[in-house]
Amino acid sequence: MTLFIDRDYAAATYDFTIPARKPWSGQLRKGQVLRIVDLEGQQAVDTLLYNLSNTTERYSAQDTLTAQGAAYIEAGTALMSNEGNVMATVIADTCGRHDTSAGACSCESNTVRFGHHTRYMHACRENFLLEVSKYGMTKRDIVGNINFFMNVPIMPDGEVTIDDGISAPLGYVDLRADMDLLVVISNCPQVNNPCNGFNPTPVRVLVWDSAV
Amino acid sequence: MTALDQATPEENRARYEALKAGAHEKSPRLAQAAQEPSNPARIKPKKVLHRELIPGGWYWSTIVPRGETLRIVNGGTGSVSALFWNADDTSERYNAGDTVKIQWHAHLSKGRVLFSDMGRVLMSITDDTCGRHDFIAGGSTPFSNRRRYGDDSLRNSRDNFRLAAGKYGMGVKDVAPCMTFFAGVTTGANGHFQWTGGHDRAGDYVDLRAEMNVLAVLSNCPHPLDPAPQYAPKSVEAILWRSPEPDEDDLCRTATEEAVRGFENTDPLFGGRA
Repeated sequence: MTLFIDRDYAAATYDFTIPARKPWSGQLRKGQVLRIVDLEGQQAVDTLLYNLSNTTERYSAQDTLTAQGAAYIEAGTALMSNEGNVMATVIADTCGRHDTSAGACSCESNTVRFGHHTRYMHACRENFLLEVSKYGMTKRDIVGNINFFMNVPIMPDGEVTIDDGISAPLGYVDLRADMDLLVVISNCPQVNNPCNGFNPTPVRVLVWDSAV
Repeated sequence: MTALDQATPEENRARYEALKAGAHEKSPRLAQAAQEPSNPARIKPKKVLHRELIPGGWYWSTIVPRGETLRIVNGGTGSVSALFWNADDTSERYNAGDTVKIQWHAHLSKGRVLFSDMGRVLMSITDDTCGRHDFIAGGSTPFSNRRRYGDDSLRNSRDNFRLAAGKYGMGVKDVAPCMTFFAGVTTGANGHFQWTGGHDRAGDYVDLRAEMNVLAVLSNCPHPLDPAPQYAPKSVEAILWRSPEPDEDDLCRTATEEAVRGFENTDPLFGGRA
């Protein structure tokens, strides 16, 4: 399901463009809205959420999918924590298909998927580690994440493929924070699969103080 | 920047398509293996190291040293959720996303392997009479029990994993997405989950051969999507047994290029090939 909402970008209280391949993190207060804009289209945005005041409460892909009974994230999806609380809600989405099953790329998994010669390349879990380390966290804190704008169909026969993204340039997704959040993003640098058209591009993040 | 970072999108796409084609060419061997009859009797009594009956709702943990096999036997009602860590360094653990995307397949059965978050193989599925195991929806939680049964005081896998992890000095953050055996969940074209059973044949079993020293935790609780109206998990049996050494054409080690590379990452921890 897609859901469009017009917002005044000039009225945003925060506005930042995450360069291609780079990490980002920021705080979001309850009630604020984070928009992630896929500036050039087909860019996977790997995202983790933590409860700002207690980071042992964090996004749980399995709780989110089980609660909604379906495999993809779209407008209306409540993003659940490992404590069964709603962390954020997807209140706008121009894409209609986001993954939360395939996780993030890493140098190590790249060697298995794409060959040992891909070991020394940028990877999302390197981005995540650098970013969460600023908050005293380690690899143990990196759990299954959301891949906004990433198209990973899981076929009835079980086949899993990372397919070409279906998000258009300037497509966006809006998250309304339902608790105070730490948001960590890796703007995916992967060029070994089509998650970003083999061409990592920048994304823009904006925050508004209210959902309307 | 590596040379690969500077390749054109067209060159990278050609690499990806070649890998995808290769993964599918190899899969007939796995399909054939799934048809081969299993032989529960092939555990000779003297090979059994330990048997454990896990009551409904409860959990059990064990170290499975490299080369030994953990058999999980369905008691007839339940599914069994499981988490795995590298016992020598518990910061390394089962990674659900890597396990399916690396193998291009969500239906994990005989011949497939379970990957850690470090590109290594934790466990090989060397035998499997059920073929229905869930990687995506996870185990039960207090909230799923409240939703399913109206009672969040029933025992659940999330708390079971936290209890087990705590006894090894780990905490909440060590409880990552799990996998659940004997739980059939497929994804329809619209993304909605469909329960395909797999939970009701007593005696079904899955054999997991440890490819490193593994800390395994099993939680005997109903899957959160199991439509059975009653919360009534029966006991399941876990058997730890001294399994045969993998031979040169071992299915799990050789069926896919991805597994081959996974073992190339794993074996050096132990000085080379098993």
